[in-house]
Amino acid sequence: MDSIIEFVISLLKPLGVTEPVFQFMLVSAILGLSIYLTLYTGMFSLANAGFMAIGAYFGVAATQFWGWPLWAGLIVGMLAAALIAIPIGLPVLRLKDIYLAIATIGFGEVVNVVILNFDDVVAAIMTALQGERVRFRLIEGARGIKNIPRLTETQYLIFFLIAVGFLITRLHRSRFGRSMAAIREDERAAANMGINVTYVKNIVFILSAMLAAAAGVFSAHLTRIITPDAYGFDRAVDILSFAVLGGTSTWLGPIVGGMTLTALPETLRAVNQYRGVFTGAVLLAVILFLPGGLVDPAGARNTLRRIRSHFRRATDSTRTP
Amino acid sequence: MLELSHVTRQFGGLTALNDVSLSVPTGRVVGLIGPNGAGKTTLINQISGLDHPTSGGISFAGQPIHRASPHLIARMGIARTYQNIRLFGQMSALQNLLIGQHIQGRGSLLGAILFSAAYRAEEKRLDLRARELLDRFDLSHATDSPAASLPYGDQRRLELARAIATQPRLLLLDEPTAGMNPNETHALGEHVLALRDEGLTVLVIEHDMTFIHQVCDEIYVLNFGQIIAHGTPDDIKNNPQVIEAYLGQEDSNDGAA
Repeated sequence: MDSIIEFVISLLKPLGVTEPVFQFMLVSAILGLSIYLTLYTGMFSLANAGFMAIGAYFGVAATQFWGWPLWAGLIVGMLAAALIAIPIGLPVLRLKDIYLAIATIGFGEVVNVVILNFDDVVAAIMTALQGERVRFRLIEGARGIKNIPRLTETQYLIFFLIAVGFLITRLHRSRFGRSMAAIREDERAAANMGINVTYVKNIVFILSAMLAAAAGVFSAHLTRIITPDAYGFDRAVDILSFAVLGGTSTWLGPIVGGMTLTALPETLRAVNQYRGVFTGAVLLAVILFLPGGLVDPAGARNTLRRIRSHFRRATDSTRTP
Repeated sequence: MLELSHVTRQFGGLTALNDVSLSVPTGRVVGLIGPNGAGKTTLINQISGLDHPTSGGISFAGQPIHRASPHLIARMGIARTYQNIRLFGQMSALQNLLIGQHIQGRGSLLGAILFSAAYRAEEKRLDLRARELLDRFDLSHATDSPAASLPYGDQRRLELARAIATQPRLLLLDEPTAGMNPNETHALGEHVLALRDEGLTVLVIEHDMTFIHQVCDEIYVLNFGQIIAHGTPDDIKNNPQVIEAYLGQEDSNDGAA
């Protein structure tokens, strides 16, 4: 396994990808799958960054405060996200499209505010209860948690991705997976087919939250420091752009999108401060010329056909006098 | 089989359905006609659970359904088609029919993940039945084509096949022949009659009087949200109130359409 990873990284070296970069690419791939699940079901949710924060903080609580191993932190983080996703999803998933997006952005902001003020609020409550001033510092608000053990290994990430990819392919062929697609295509018709739309949407929202949380746990044990501003609106938009770049017609799309967008700043080191401009240009080019994303079998066929017919027309017009 | 008693549906100040009572007996094809805007589709929406009446009751096979969610109503055995076709456009015809059989499936997520024998057997059974339905409705050529790419007539028939795939006891058809030529309309009528002979009860909204005469045992006429007439197709054809609703007050002999 180690030698395979070394080989892959040596191939990516010319693109500026080192092992740490590769690890973050894999984390992005997990985040891509997280938003893929909701988009595949027709839900425009931007809650992923918030659930990533929940995963990171609960995961770190398990590993750093309680001294548990990474896999236990992973389970704690994912379970916490799942439990929080239930009361959030039930009211919020009644909304659609842009309204759902706004509500889920709001959720992300709430998570941020809770993290920022958690210590102060606990201190205030304890002060009120005990009648004397109590100091309380646990998650350190905006300063963040430091010195997290670097437990995440490349092979864990790869194994996790393979497992999730396998589960998603099975999901797609199942009755539940078909319901997801039906809801995306036409929610009312799906309900008239006997599909419990509320149930399917909430389960998918929970699964998506768990994947985002897993990415949060893994990345926290790579960066070794977590601060709430790493999981704000910017992050939510980044995750969305993984799906936009890669496309959502297959689950490989957001993986490719996430890995590409994470590698791109490293690859573009040569152009230094214009990196953002290039990343934006790449994203724009994909939206204009490959509206289905980088990984879109049907779209690629269409584009090829269009190019071919364009050339045919060009040669035809030269023949006609 | 289906009973509506004093169903009223108001949207703000607009009364779309006003004290509508009607009954659809088991094993019969009942037509619902009326001018545009009379409230026909609103009525179908009340029955299929997409919308709920402001007052009044709907019961199906003796059970009240006017507050039930659409998926529960579907599970009780009511299926429908739509005035503007609502297929799962990007999915193949076959997949549309697999989703239509959602209620018949028992498959759990776990079974699918473990690829269990029961899961595979069920998928095979659903696939087989979907192909039978494609065959029955002359759609075999479209098995793997995305539904949205099919010709209009095929889409209409696929929507009917998808409704049948749910194995309903009551079928609601909302203008099934809209946009069809006379040949296609007649062929669709044959399908509806065959389904009735197999024991299905049908409530059909239609404008095409030839089709109504071909398939309906009885007709209700809806105008401005109220039932203004009820009877056999021949009764209705000569009913002066119906003629007035469609054509205004001038006398006419050539039918209600």
